[in-house]
Amino acid sequence: IYSISKYATKYLTCPMTVVIGFEGSANKIGIGIIRDGEVLSNPRRTYITPPGQGFMPSDTARHHRAVILTVLKEALDQAGLKPADIDCVAYTKGPGMGAPLVTVALVARTVAQLWGKPLLGVNHCIGHIEMGRLITKANNPTVLYVSGGNTQVIAYSERRYRIFGETIDIAVGNCLDRFARVIKISNDPSPGYNIEQMAKKGSQYVELPYTVKGMDVSFSGILSYIEAMAHKMLSSGQCTAEDLCFSLQETLFTMLVEITERAMAHCGSQEVLIVGGVGCNLRLQEMMGVMCQERGAKLFATDERFCIDNGAMIAQAGWEMFRSGKVTELEDSWITQRYRTDEVEVTWRD
Amino acid sequence: MAIEATKKLGLNVSQKNNMAVAELLSTATLVRQGAEARLYRTEFLGKPTIVKERFPKRYRHRALDEKLTHRRTVQEVRSILRCRKAGISVPVVYFVDYSTHCIFLEEFVGYSTVRDHITSVQRSKSSQDQNLEWLAQRIGQILAKMHDEDVIHGDLTTSNMLLKGGSEDQDSELVLLDFGLSYISVLPEDKGVDLYVLEKAFLSTHPNTEALFQKLLKSYIMSSKKSQVVMKKLDEVRVRGRKRSMVG
Repeated sequence: IYSISKYATKYLTCPMTVVIGFEGSANKIGIGIIRDGEVLSNPRRTYITPPGQGFMPSDTARHHRAVILTVLKEALDQAGLKPADIDCVAYTKGPGMGAPLVTVALVARTVAQLWGKPLLGVNHCIGHIEMGRLITKANNPTVLYVSGGNTQVIAYSERRYRIFGETIDIAVGNCLDRFARVIKISNDPSPGYNIEQMAKKGSQYVELPYTVKGMDVSFSGILSYIEAMAHKMLSSGQCTAEDLCFSLQETLFTMLVEITERAMAHCGSQEVLIVGGVGCNLRLQEMMGVMCQERGAKLFATDERFCIDNGAMIAQAGWEMFRSGKVTELEDSWITQRYRTDEVEVTWRD
Repeated sequence: MAIEATKKLGLNVSQKNNMAVAELLSTATLVRQGAEARLYRTEFLGKPTIVKERFPKRYRHRALDEKLTHRRTVQEVRSILRCRKAGISVPVVYFVDYSTHCIFLEEFVGYSTVRDHITSVQRSKSSQDQNLEWLAQRIGQILAKMHDEDVIHGDLTTSNMLLKGGSEDQDSELVLLDFGLSYISVLPEDKGVDLYVLEKAFLSTHPNTEALFQKLLKSYIMSSKKSQVVMKKLDEVRVRGRKRSMVG
């Protein structure tokens, strides 16, 4: 799907490469511009549904269509650039929700042709990893990628980001989001953020199912349990909603720290990088930090600008790929809902 | 000396054990600190012994930590005993101290992990598959026996299996270890997931061993009475990861 870019020789010798990245695989639509490791702009909009509701593909795509051109203009204006200054147009090829992915890919294809620039389809997960590496300067970390759609423990080895552990059913963020719906927690700015704030006020630890299978985790059990028990426990006065948030976080995050530690022990790694929307959670960062301290390892994490889906991360991964000589021809610039992290050949690292 | 001291202070049995274990560990040699536990080498009842100490994990909430540590110690011992009764090669359990979560296990002197064995065979340039086929067959057999006992290991990797060191001897004993995540289940789904965990660990640790792993599964199918359903579940679990829509 990739061909060697005819621009390759030009850009490998040219010192400044500017890449614009388009991201909209879930409910966030972001467009970012990167120039040689510098984030020039990174505007974003989030489609927020009322409490108790999740976001549906067609509504999300509609939201993205309504704002994408405004966000595009913002990205260029904030960077102080014109289309002619862009060297490459990167977009999220997948994975993600079909309708929103198509919407964004369409705009990316159109501007690439309008501006006469090469296109590059980027793997969303790799976008998170490359942005994390850029911002934190972590050398070769064990990566915990946790978001609403993904939960993976990844380590780089021989030209691939290999998945050492993952969820065998739903993602941890999905578990948190669906729990928020059950007790009608607000989705503004995000359900996970509100669960985190409520958890800070919780004190009673309620026992919940804990499922680790080797280096994999399973969240559907704890979700079904808490979906069934939440109302009973709240109405009986056994615990408060804050206690449930607290207990859920403690249990879920302990599972994540455990599989990360196992992967580290397995790979002999001394660095951990947390990426993805759930990575914003300060309690998760705190727990991972304690685990790292006990092993003499170092923890790397970013803030919500880069943890949460954004355009600059696609631009950054695109920058790496473009500089290593890759482009996506128009006929190959389709999108896909399923795109494994280990399918991509990581040509920009040794 | 510790025993007199505890008698004087009028401590109860578990407190006595606590102090005795602590004193023993202070003279033991630390072999390894894994993600889950520390392993010490010492002598107990005149036999070479490995003490597996599950230490508190500070990142966990205290109640959760105690629950997990206790449950895993109990599950490990229970599963090992169940396997032993069925004639599956596992370490002998000499002693368990539930207050410090220490398990005293038989040490296999001169054994190395299957992981190290496969890695060294792959590194040497001799024809690998022939040297490893017998191993794949043995692993398949032992896992079939374990699953027929309805013991789910929960953490199958080549680091959790031991082989007599540097041996080409195809009759040498293959030992299973690390039953901390194990549980009892009759469900083919759980057995399928158990094999899936091994497959992932196997293929990610030992590159280019897909054919070898297939031999392992064939051996499992031939040795187990209930393998058909388990294999079907394994196929389902494999696809599940790829079929899942990854959003966000």
